[in-house]
Amino acid sequence: MAVTETRETFVGASVKRREDASFLTGRGTYVDNLTLPGMVYMAIVRCPYPHARIVSMNLDAVRAAEGVVAAFSGSDLAEDWKGSLPCAWAVTEDIKMPPHFPLAVEEARYQGDGVAVVIAESRARAKDAAELVEVEYEALDATADVERALEDGAPLVHADLGTNECYVWKLETDDVQAAIDAADVVVTRRYVQPRLIPNAIEPRGVLAQVGPTGEATIWSATQVPHILRFALQIVLGIPEAKIRVIAPDVGGGFGSKLDVYAEEALVIALAKRLGRPVKWTEERSENYVATIHGRDTVHELTFAATKDGKIMCVKSEAVCAMGAYLQLVTPGIPLLGAWIYAGPYDIPNYSVTFTGVFTHTTPTDAYRGAGRPEATYVLERTMDALAAELGMDPIELRRRNFMTEFPAQLASGLTIDSGDYHASLDKLLELLDLDSIRSEQAARREGGDTKLLGVGLSTYNEMCGLAPSRILGAIRYAVGGWDSATIRVQPLGSVQVVTGTSPHGQGHETSWSQIVGDQLGVALADIEVLHGDTAVSQLGMDTYGSRSLAVGGVALVHASAKIVDKARQIVSHQLEVSADDLEFADGTFRVKGSPEREMTIQAAAFQAHSAHNLPDGMEPGLEATATYDPPNFSWPGGAHAAVVEVDTETGDTRLVRYVAVDDVGAPVNPMIVEGQVHGGITQGIAAALWEEALYDDDANLLTTTMTTYLVPSAAELPSFETDLTESKSPTNPLGVKGVGETGTIAAAPAVINAVVDALSHLGVTDMQMPATPERVWRAIQEVKA
Amino acid sequence: MRSVVLTVNGTRHELELEPRELLVYVLRERLGLTGTVVGCDTSSCGACTVLVDGESVKSCTMLGVQADGRGLTTIEGLAQNGELHPVQQAFHDHHALQCGYCTPGMVLAAVSLIESGAATDEKAIREGLEGNLCRCTGYHNIVQAVSAAAGAS
Repeated sequence: MAVTETRETFVGASVKRREDASFLTGRGTYVDNLTLPGMVYMAIVRCPYPHARIVSMNLDAVRAAEGVVAAFSGSDLAEDWKGSLPCAWAVTEDIKMPPHFPLAVEEARYQGDGVAVVIAESRARAKDAAELVEVEYEALDATADVERALEDGAPLVHADLGTNECYVWKLETDDVQAAIDAADVVVTRRYVQPRLIPNAIEPRGVLAQVGPTGEATIWSATQVPHILRFALQIVLGIPEAKIRVIAPDVGGGFGSKLDVYAEEALVIALAKRLGRPVKWTEERSENYVATIHGRDTVHELTFAATKDGKIMCVKSEAVCAMGAYLQLVTPGIPLLGAWIYAGPYDIPNYSVTFTGVFTHTTPTDAYRGAGRPEATYVLERTMDALAAELGMDPIELRRRNFMTEFPAQLASGLTIDSGDYHASLDKLLELLDLDSIRSEQAARREGGDTKLLGVGLSTYNEMCGLAPSRILGAIRYAVGGWDSATIRVQPLGSVQVVTGTSPHGQGHETSWSQIVGDQLGVALADIEVLHGDTAVSQLGMDTYGSRSLAVGGVALVHASAKIVDKARQIVSHQLEVSADDLEFADGTFRVKGSPEREMTIQAAAFQAHSAHNLPDGMEPGLEATATYDPPNFSWPGGAHAAVVEVDTETGDTRLVRYVAVDDVGAPVNPMIVEGQVHGGITQGIAAALWEEALYDDDANLLTTTMTTYLVPSAAELPSFETDLTESKSPTNPLGVKGVGETGTIAAAPAVINAVVDALSHLGVTDMQMPATPERVWRAIQEVKA
Repeated sequence: MRSVVLTVNGTRHELELEPRELLVYVLRERLGLTGTVVGCDTSSCGACTVLVDGESVKSCTMLGVQADGRGLTTIEGLAQNGELHPVQQAFHDHHALQCGYCTPGMVLAAVSLIESGAATDEKAIREGLEGNLCRCTGYHNIVQAVSAAAGAS
């Protein structure tokens, strides 16, 4: 082989996914597919009231039922819990953090709160028997409304706290009020962002067995096996070293499996008590109450601007529903958006306040985007409102305020790594052909067409790649934001890559093999990527917050460098040349000036393992671990546009086109990046047009199944038009940022801005999400009246 | 209990079933064919879609005893002699799956749609797959894959 011959890199290529083979042939290992000898099934009895005192419970009939192994009330198991289900984010010093045990004992605080468990020989027997549990409840007043919960006399979720206010968190620069007072134009808008149900198509599931010396193994449909492991020690008192968490194939998460759930602790406690493996599989209607929800916030956003459209101040005040308890990161979700209320715009004065509020509802927590969709929605809606107030083109208003110098120091204190917001917007406008949309819009308006066109934009940025551990510590998050990689070159040259990330659809096995393939110069077929088992991957901080590539992916580069360094020492020793005289390319070390003297890294691995001829003092083997703590968040950005058609007679709103131009840094696998964008924007579009978890005035959930909560199908959506611009992140050697959440962050305001645009000539200036036919129709009637 | 005979992926099974057992659990728990999965309890998501005498059926809407004497194809039976079915191959080629959970049902629904001749254009494909929900892909690549497979078959 000629020395000058170089192959193309794997990074940057749309390599087809190695994950697909098992999924396409029905050989996925989702938790509910697993069985163990002697396994029994758990069913949970859930409180049907939004708030109730548990007066008494009778388990006699259920214990006598056919196939029942055991049944326990919350008080029966109270001694099993060594600690509360943990919340890892005490966002303020005086936050109220009520205890949260796997089963309610005296009081149930939301509809679906678990009060008892039944264990039986089969799934059906467990479910039948759960119906036989007799519970006497005293129903108590409840509220699901985040604003009403703060009013005097509101029903209290935790009476001993004396309030439903969980915390108040504030980030403010010095001269906010002065900036507002001095402004030519002040625009204040109120926005309600409804509660959303994540709807991973695989509901949650857990299976646990506990060995005779107390060692526990749990298979869980989780995004966070490592976090779950230490949380389980807190709840169960089993040392982490004796807990093995396995996240097998996981059927989507979107944040809903970034948590530590009651059922995970229950199956272990019960497996230990019964000496048999215990499995629980969530049903969909159960998922709607037992798995976290997202959003549920009310914002008031104020812009202060000069008359030529320079925004001088952004001020946000938001009340944010926590639900009935604090789950793993519930209180911190708003904070994940706290630094992007100025988005891609240079705004010198900045104020963000969040009030966390308990309501008698399923706890909220991370749902795709987590805090950043909420911030971007109110920001991008208000950009259009300010443009209307100023009589300015919303595109021009955005351009006048874009940050253009990077790294960019934000008024809110953080620093944006890189970006080019004009470039994304330029490309978007090229794809969109706005002039022809505007002329079609005008023609329909003039022609009295009942189907009106609207076009809406959203230019956004976000912060992901969670996260620098020091910053997490400073904002009171309990754990670190680093991740790890271990690379092991086997004696005969194949490569094991062990990652601390925990994919559930993102294709890490493929992308990670591309990164390592380039770094070590080995074929993709020689690389195996292992993840999702704490016995195999002992160090890791898991997958959420678009962090896996920007943190765990970068750790692969650092571990690879250690491998190459050690192999270089071995080759240097064996070829009897200085290490400095070796060049490494395409998997082969060659002596500078004598390229015929060479050794592949895979041959060096054999030497490392035979250990017949290693440098003095070198340990055998070719394995390296790197942990990587990012120095900054990564900051994707971009420009999205939606085109909608609104039927003025029925209010029916259809998405006609969706165009997205994202800057996610360097794409490792453009095919996978595009897939992430498609999925992300779909969830943002769905929030804008269809999805809303509704509770009645007494806090009963009304959208209890997929028939009333409208997850979109293919029939509701168009094909998407997507493209990328690229501002490499300067903070990591791959130049990567993250893409998992960008679409969801950007999409909802683009769609709602489009709906408002369609109706703006009629006088409609606002539209609440989701823009259901009823809401749209009513808005039209109101301006007519 | 009732005696039934199911032919699944060409193999004949004689089973004693409780009349209430849903077909999806017969496949998963009696026959160990866990490729067919459960995603909801209202027949909304289509994750449990299988072919019954060639037509796509949500196997949570059918009792095991109703399948007596019928021929079923599940995802495990779609590839032949180690060769992926053209729809499976198209899903791989077009990145039409991410977490993979909806994939068996989506693939079988697509097979049925194509074989019925209804996969004529994008709109028809989108409407034909309305009963199968995917939360990962936004359907864009699924539609591309089904279009490609329909064109190829």
